Amino acid sequence: MAKENVKDTDYRAAKIKSTIAWTIAIIFACIMLVITLTPFFFMIMNSFRKQFDMLQQGVFHLPDPWHFQNYVTVITNGFFGYFIRSVIVVSISLVLMLIIASFAAYPLARMDFKLNPIIYAIIVAMMAVPMHVTLIPIFKLTQTLGFYDSLKALIGPYVSFALPMSVFILTAFMKTIPKEIEESAEIDGCNRYKNFFFMILPLSKSGLSTLAIYNGVSMWNEFAFANTLLISPQNKTLPLALGQFKGEHAMDIPMIMAVLTLSVMPMIILFIIFQDKLVKGMMAGAVKG
Amino acid sequence: MKREKKVGLAQAKARSTAAAATVFLIPALLLITIFIVYPVIDTFVISGFKWNGISSDRTFIGLDNWSALLHDEMFWKSFKHNLIVMVFSILLQIPLGMLLATFLDAGGKKFNIFKIIWFLPYLMSSVAIAFLFTYALATNGGIISSLATIIQGKKTTIDLLGNANNALYTVIGVMAWQFTPFYMVYFIAGYGNIDTTIYEAAVIDGATRWQYLKHIAIPLLGPIFKTACTMSLIGSLKYFDMIWNMTQGGPAGATELMATYMYKLSFQQFNMSYGSTVAAGMFILITAIALIFNKLFKVKEDY
Repeated sequence: MAKENVKDTDYRAAKIKSTIAWTIAIIFACIMLVITLTPFFFMIMNSFRKQFDMLQQGVFHLPDPWHFQNYVTVITNGFFGYFIRSVIVVSISLVLMLIIASFAAYPLARMDFKLNPIIYAIIVAMMAVPMHVTLIPIFKLTQTLGFYDSLKALIGPYVSFALPMSVFILTAFMKTIPKEIEESAEIDGCNRYKNFFFMILPLSKSGLSTLAIYNGVSMWNEFAFANTLLISPQNKTLPLALGQFKGEHAMDIPMIMAVLTLSVMPMIILFIIFQDKLVKGMMAGAVKG
Repeated sequence: MKREKKVGLAQAKARSTAAAATVFLIPALLLITIFIVYPVIDTFVISGFKWNGISSDRTFIGLDNWSALLHDEMFWKSFKHNLIVMVFSILLQIPLGMLLATFLDAGGKKFNIFKIIWFLPYLMSSVAIAFLFTYALATNGGIISSLATIIQGKKTTIDLLGNANNALYTVIGVMAWQFTPFYMVYFIAGYGNIDTTIYEAAVIDGATRWQYLKHIAIPLLGPIFKTACTMSLIGSLKYFDMIWNMTQGGPAGATELMATYMYKLSFQQFNMSYGSTVAAGMFILITAIALIFNKLFKVKEDY
């Protein structure tokens, strides 16, 4: 009887302890929520104000009246052009990059040849190269090739700088596909090339989709190459549009907030749709660390 | 006879493997050579010249740029800023990311909304974040100053970006806002990779969720923790986009980093040869620090 009582109080103490821990955790979580959301709140609320309402109304008031004109002005002032150019560059670079990365990952994961570990090590080491070290030579190179100030100039650097990380992740991913699948395909008369296109590539789909999300986000947001290699407004991509609009409407903060809101919306929508894929893909990449 | 034929077959197989591997690897190796390897080498080559980046005449000056770099106060000051950013990035972003991931892992699916919202900053481009925080932290109409005004009951301004004493720490805070979500997802993935049977075994042995996290899950994250630190380290040493758009290294060089300094020299002052020297110096320093870090924190790979 006495023993039962001790157990009961122990259990109750543990329960209280866990409730306290959870309360602290939830308070902390809510604080983090506020810190995360306040800048977004600032951005979206101000994008619906008139230029001079922002300072008069203060940050914490809802817009009064709600002013949609900023969005109309931004969209009719060439925002769509920046948007389309970004879509073009990102989709071409992404498709090329995924094809080339899976090409490279296949032999590294599946074939036994002498140079395999060396080539793998070289490609992985390229992950640590900061893009700024390559900026001046690439600036020179695009001028020599006649690509300077055109979207073509961005594709080479975007693909190349996304490759090392992607090859690294895809190689780890392809190693997890059972060997027997290829062996049985070989018996059925598939050669290596057929194996790759009809077996390995379809089975790597989930790895490829994460890489597409990650590299898509970073290419969509890329600034330094774009800022160096593009000069005329009619050739610039979305991250540069922000500077362009800021230059034209420096004092009109609500207008700039509308540009900012419009430029993050596509990413947020895509993320909400694909968020599970993101974590799953990172799990594949994080296995090996 | 028979044996010879066997060797021949094995050789032929090896040869066809090598041929296939070459075909598959060529596009990637070609691109990496053209856009990464060659430019890195070229940066070192340019650092031996005096050249403005545009005119065709460039004169070879040997190691003059390099000796200038060694005595360049601005470069070493910006390197020091990079080191400060690095230390605070690792101390802020990674523990916070891990805390958030632990919370989400313990809470399960019902906290999904937290995960979605916490991840949002990472979706914004560095440029957009720079512009947003330029205004959100402004003395006039910014969030912090407005908040201070309400609390104090009178007009109060807190100058976070314009004051050389604290601008760097403000930038570090904004960087934490931007990158913590990345490490959060990284650690969520890490938790997800732990075999569920380990958790089940722990529960059968009477462990609570917290005991499981403390004694099993977090120690198992060791290698992932190290990779996260390496990523944060390299990332903060080459940091550029947000600072360039927010402060351009100012006020008075208080937020100058190696990359912004290099960009300023090369593409604003068109001193490309010295800009290349700064870039090459940056490359050497980052590689050295990354290697030292990897030596110091050798975590056993097999777990």
